[in-house]
Amino acid sequence: MIDKVNRMLRRVPVWSVYLVGLLAPVWFLYLGMTGGLGVEPIKTLEHELGELALKMLVVGLAITPLRRYLGLNLIKFRRAIGVLAFVYVLLHLLVWLVLDVQVPSQIWADIVKRPYVTVGMAGFLLLLPLAITSNNWSVRKLGPAWRRLHKLVYPAILLGAVHYLMLVKGFQIEPLIYLAVILGLLALRLPGRRRATA
Amino acid sequence: MAHRWQNDLTRDDVTPYGAFMNRRQLMAGMAGLGLASIAGPAAAEDLKPNAWDEITSYCNFYEFGTGKSDPAANAGQMTTSPWKVEIDGLVDRPGTYDFQDILSEMTIEERIYRFRCVEAWSMVIPWNGFELADLLNMVGVKDGAKYVAFETLLRPEEMPGVRYPTIEWPYREGLRLDEAMNPLTLMATGLYGKPLPNQNGAPLRLVVPWKYGFKSIKSIVRITLTDKEPPASWNMYSAREYGFYSNVNPTVDHPRWSQATERKIGGGLFAKRIPTLMFNGYESEVAGMYEGMDLSKYF
Repeated sequence: MIDKVNRMLRRVPVWSVYLVGLLAPVWFLYLGMTGGLGVEPIKTLEHELGELALKMLVVGLAITPLRRYLGLNLIKFRRAIGVLAFVYVLLHLLVWLVLDVQVPSQIWADIVKRPYVTVGMAGFLLLLPLAITSNNWSVRKLGPAWRRLHKLVYPAILLGAVHYLMLVKGFQIEPLIYLAVILGLLALRLPGRRRATA
Repeated sequence: MAHRWQNDLTRDDVTPYGAFMNRRQLMAGMAGLGLASIAGPAAAEDLKPNAWDEITSYCNFYEFGTGKSDPAANAGQMTTSPWKVEIDGLVDRPGTYDFQDILSEMTIEERIYRFRCVEAWSMVIPWNGFELADLLNMVGVKDGAKYVAFETLLRPEEMPGVRYPTIEWPYREGLRLDEAMNPLTLMATGLYGKPLPNQNGAPLRLVVPWKYGFKSIKSIVRITLTDKEPPASWNMYSAREYGFYSNVNPTVDHPRWSQATERKIGGGLFAKRIPTLMFNGYESEVAGMYEGMDLSKYF
């Protein structure tokens, strides 16, 4: 069964993942311009992009456990998934900067004064070097350091989940589910576990 | 009523732009003479009511879900007829009042008010309703009463949102008695001349236009006159974020975002932020009630 799925996946070209992944924000933007995101499209667009980024990061984090525990091989899509997640985070940030806050002086004040913004920005900054080095040349150039560098995605995704948890009003379930899933996926990587299943 | 608030703002009454600019020049001149305080309420130039669809599709009513469109999707199942309001505490005539009986005693009028959410968005809403003071006078307020407490309906079988402890149910809010008796304070029963849609707090809700929207409690089933500051839901959830007063104040930020500006709903994807007005533009009507109070402490 898994072999069949893996064989099928081998025939899916990576560019199709990029294509579908990039269509999503274009679709949201189209909805926002045409009233499809409701009467307050800025907040909705901001939220949708943020959540999409978090979902994509979770998918990226699931690839290794899926292969290790289920034998499902998605490795060849991992770079596309990571790059798309970064694109979503970047667009989320841009919507916040340009459409939502608008006032430059307030942007900096928010980053410094509002802990949930600080946490979100920190997550973005951690992802930045990963996006920059997401090409073959960097992988070759950096060698083993590349693997170590890309472990920064672990703290980055945690910051993303905490950012979501911190910004909601009242006790809400959804950000807690994201945090639980992310913590679970990170726990699967703890050294003790790896030895047990090696 | 000794001091009824006169609604001088109607849809046909919006100050033409040219006249507004002239008035600003006049005010600037008066400021030079130290007379700016007699300039009156804030500019009425943008008091164009939001569309029915905007007001009824973008709501916070967590009993029906935390998404902005959840109330419009889920509130239809709330039974609003019959509807009874328990009025108790320090009143001369406590009891359970039928909503229709209350209505028959009240004069319904239209009030076009600014509405400023604590989340930094705003609308202009043409409410229909009666002054809370009229209702309180109908039941008779006893001498020792200092505060008015309100409670929203809690009916889990009709409210999918209360399955989750988003805040402590039922939703509660409160006002100081002078705030409750202020002529601006409205008990809304309608919108655009139609009965209030369920998602907007049918059949009876509070509207306190100079306070953040969450003070304007929806679907009220209980009103209690007390001598102590009553518990208020968001204040109970996080007192450092949501004060009991929660007057609109551009100089006191919410810990997680600035309150200096707001975005009026309906401007689309490229809507500009506009400055938030002190007491949401009702400073001349309400500032007197807070004289001598440190508004950054009693936020």
